[in-house]
Amino acid sequence: MKVIILEPKEDFEVPVEAEVIKPDEFAGLTIDEIESLKVHEGNTERELGELFDVEGETADDPEDIEIRIAGDVPNVKYIGHAMTAGRIVIEGDAGMHTGAEMEGGELIVKGDADSWVGREMKGGKLIVEGDAGDYVGSTYRGEWRGTKGGTIIVKGDAGNEIGEWMADGEIIIEGSVGKMAGIHMQGGRIIVKGDADLWAGAEMEGGEIIIMGRAEDVLPGFKYEGVTEVDGVPGTYHMFVGDHACGPDVEGKLYLNSALNPRP
Amino acid sequence: MAKEMLIKNACVYDPLNDVEGEIMDIGIKDGKIVDPSEVDESKAKVIDAEGRLTMAGGVDIHAHVAGPKVNVGRIFRPEDSRRFAVAAKKLGHRAGSGFSVPSTTITGYMYAQMGYTTVMEAATPPLLTRHTHEEIRDTPILDEGAYTLMANNWILYEYIKEGELEKAAAYAAWLLRATKGFVIKMVNPGGTEAWGWGENVHSLDDPVPHFEITPAEIYENYVKINEMLGLPHSIHIHPNLLGEPGNYELTLETWDVIKNAGVEPDPQLGEREQLAHNTHVQFHAYGGDSWPTFESMAEEIAKYLNKNDHMTIDLGAVTLDETTTMTADGPLEWELHELTGFKWANYDVELETGSGVVPFIYSPKNPVHSVQWAIGLEIALLTENPWQVVISTDHPNAGPFFRYPRIMAWLMSEEYRNQWIERVHPWVGQRAVIGSIDREYDWNDIAISTRAAPAKMLGLEDRIGHLGEGAYAHVAIYDIKPDEVDPSRDYAEVEKAFEQAWLVVKDGEIVVQEGTVVNEPVGRTYWVDVKVPEDLLEEVKKDLETKFRRYYSVNMGNYEVQDVYLPREERIEIDARDRLS
Repeated sequence: MKVIILEPKEDFEVPVEAEVIKPDEFAGLTIDEIESLKVHEGNTERELGELFDVEGETADDPEDIEIRIAGDVPNVKYIGHAMTAGRIVIEGDAGMHTGAEMEGGELIVKGDADSWVGREMKGGKLIVEGDAGDYVGSTYRGEWRGTKGGTIIVKGDAGNEIGEWMADGEIIIEGSVGKMAGIHMQGGRIIVKGDADLWAGAEMEGGEIIIMGRAEDVLPGFKYEGVTEVDGVPGTYHMFVGDHACGPDVEGKLYLNSALNPRP
Repeated sequence: MAKEMLIKNACVYDPLNDVEGEIMDIGIKDGKIVDPSEVDESKAKVIDAEGRLTMAGGVDIHAHVAGPKVNVGRIFRPEDSRRFAVAAKKLGHRAGSGFSVPSTTITGYMYAQMGYTTVMEAATPPLLTRHTHEEIRDTPILDEGAYTLMANNWILYEYIKEGELEKAAAYAAWLLRATKGFVIKMVNPGGTEAWGWGENVHSLDDPVPHFEITPAEIYENYVKINEMLGLPHSIHIHPNLLGEPGNYELTLETWDVIKNAGVEPDPQLGEREQLAHNTHVQFHAYGGDSWPTFESMAEEIAKYLNKNDHMTIDLGAVTLDETTTMTADGPLEWELHELTGFKWANYDVELETGSGVVPFIYSPKNPVHSVQWAIGLEIALLTENPWQVVISTDHPNAGPFFRYPRIMAWLMSEEYRNQWIERVHPWVGQRAVIGSIDREYDWNDIAISTRAAPAKMLGLEDRIGHLGEGAYAHVAIYDIKPDEVDPSRDYAEVEKAFEQAWLVVKDGEIVVQEGTVVNEPVGRTYWVDVKVPEDLLEEVKKDLETKFRRYYSVNMGNYEVQDVYLPREERIEIDARDRLS
């Protein structure tokens, strides 16, 4: 794998939109050509090379490319947007919409990631080693067709409304999550190793949410089905089916660790 | 900016003046069409059209482009907004976004790009009409008018029930003035009011809750009111049971009620022949009694139109896109929400009307949607008299307006239609007749159904929809030469040409050049100012004061849309004093 290193020249005060930072765009280009790719800093069009020092070796196939961002880029959005192959490693914090609409390959954030990480993901693997903001693996504003595949792992905590309208794929949060994890969820699986704030699974109609820690509150639209085990996860769980606020035929499953959560 | 312009060697289709494909010159002076000999060539801007297809500016008789429910669509569909976005100075001066519910600026740009210069906003709730005019003002280039929703109005219902038709007419005139409206618009008469109680009406004899007046009575009296006042346009109707399998019978019954109301078209402006215009007729032409038995009844609809001249229609043709439905037909939107599970917005407008908004995905794989697609085109092709038919998508309900060029190309080419029949669900071969129709529209038919006919139906044929002397200088020139192109075969070229006009002139000013907006003048707002006898109006106002005090959330003095909302009004003055005394 050939490595291309992007080193930010400054801490960007104005948000930068850089959906070109992905192996699919870099493939087949020389370093000079990569430097002249267009990004937006606020409303100003700039060249990537004006904002980053670019060095390394290029390749023709995106599968053979690893992009390494050497520093914190909390104000750079859309890194790895719709990437299909190869690898991106952000060695610090990442901005909003990192890995949004990702289809394949691997994206690793060594620091924290801002909101919307892995939004509308279709495939691939996304790892955040620090904390993530809101809407991890969720869908776009107003949209009801959400994440369709892939895996997101957050080693720290995540914010509110993760996996919103998720249809398939897997989200694993090793820390705790905010309110309404898996809201409107249709399919796929969310595992929270820590605690969940209010109303996990609000208006979910399918899929599974597994809370290995404590859950703050369960909505009245969930029906208690007893204690059970869950495939691939240790422990025993209170199982709920819901959210019946969405009708009688919902199939969403909410599991709460029975050792830490009271029987309803 | 030259005040004079001479367009040379235009291949003109101007059906209102019986011009069919003649190569001729068009003179323009002070924003109007003049005889070319009156133009001083040395001072004028001279354009050589080199035999390109030339028509009057297009006229859209029915589109939802401005007002509160359109904006609800924009607000609650950010995911529609991201499907299409235009940066500032890319298309026109300003930026905009939205695929099925585009923002006002790009709505103006995209219509102008297609050579359309007049677009009528299909439904404005009276109480909220300021918003409609604010958006009309914010829409560049286009001349517009707003259709005032009246068919679920308590005050009109009560006057009609008491048999006080003259008061009803005077109130309708007052309401047109208060809203600066252009048309008496009727949406699901009785049904939207019933929806306030969670109900609907299911036949022409189904009484409206609490008012005990039936849809049949509503139609009969509204058509009378319209002709008593002598409005330029007829009543503009969206019948009951839109979108329900088997509704074609009710549609035809409705047309019969109008026919038998005992009135003749009597406009004080223009020479329209219709008593009513049935909009988006595709949605009202369904057979079967459930979705599994759903079928096209386009033949029955067309057969009726071929035998009767008191009705005109626009298509509401389905374009098989993901779009947004929006209508004052509140109960219908609830049903769509139940059918699709998609998000739903609902609004009740006090004593007047209601509305709903729901996204919709018309899919070529879906059997019902495919048949709906066929129905719109079938009605256009089976109705013999093109003067009764206007091309529309009921934007954005059946599809976005920028698909008009594709509809034109479908109508002009059997081969193109057949190509799509291959792509859609096989039900189209079994439940529709489109595959057996070989009629193809010619350039003249297109000119009729996109400008001449709608202008005449609106009563505005003295000023728009044609290129005769005295008409507003709205000219669309398309980059296609009728003598070199066979639309039946070259449909792709036709579609492309209609999408991006080569040159569009609005009021004598070039607004679009080779597909790009180069000028953004403020458009007109048409509205109808009807004079009624003073004493009658005073009586009505007295009644209204009670109604406002008792039921409305606003004072009567704050109700009327002030002139300042119409930066370029075109007031159509009608005197109905003799007719109502």
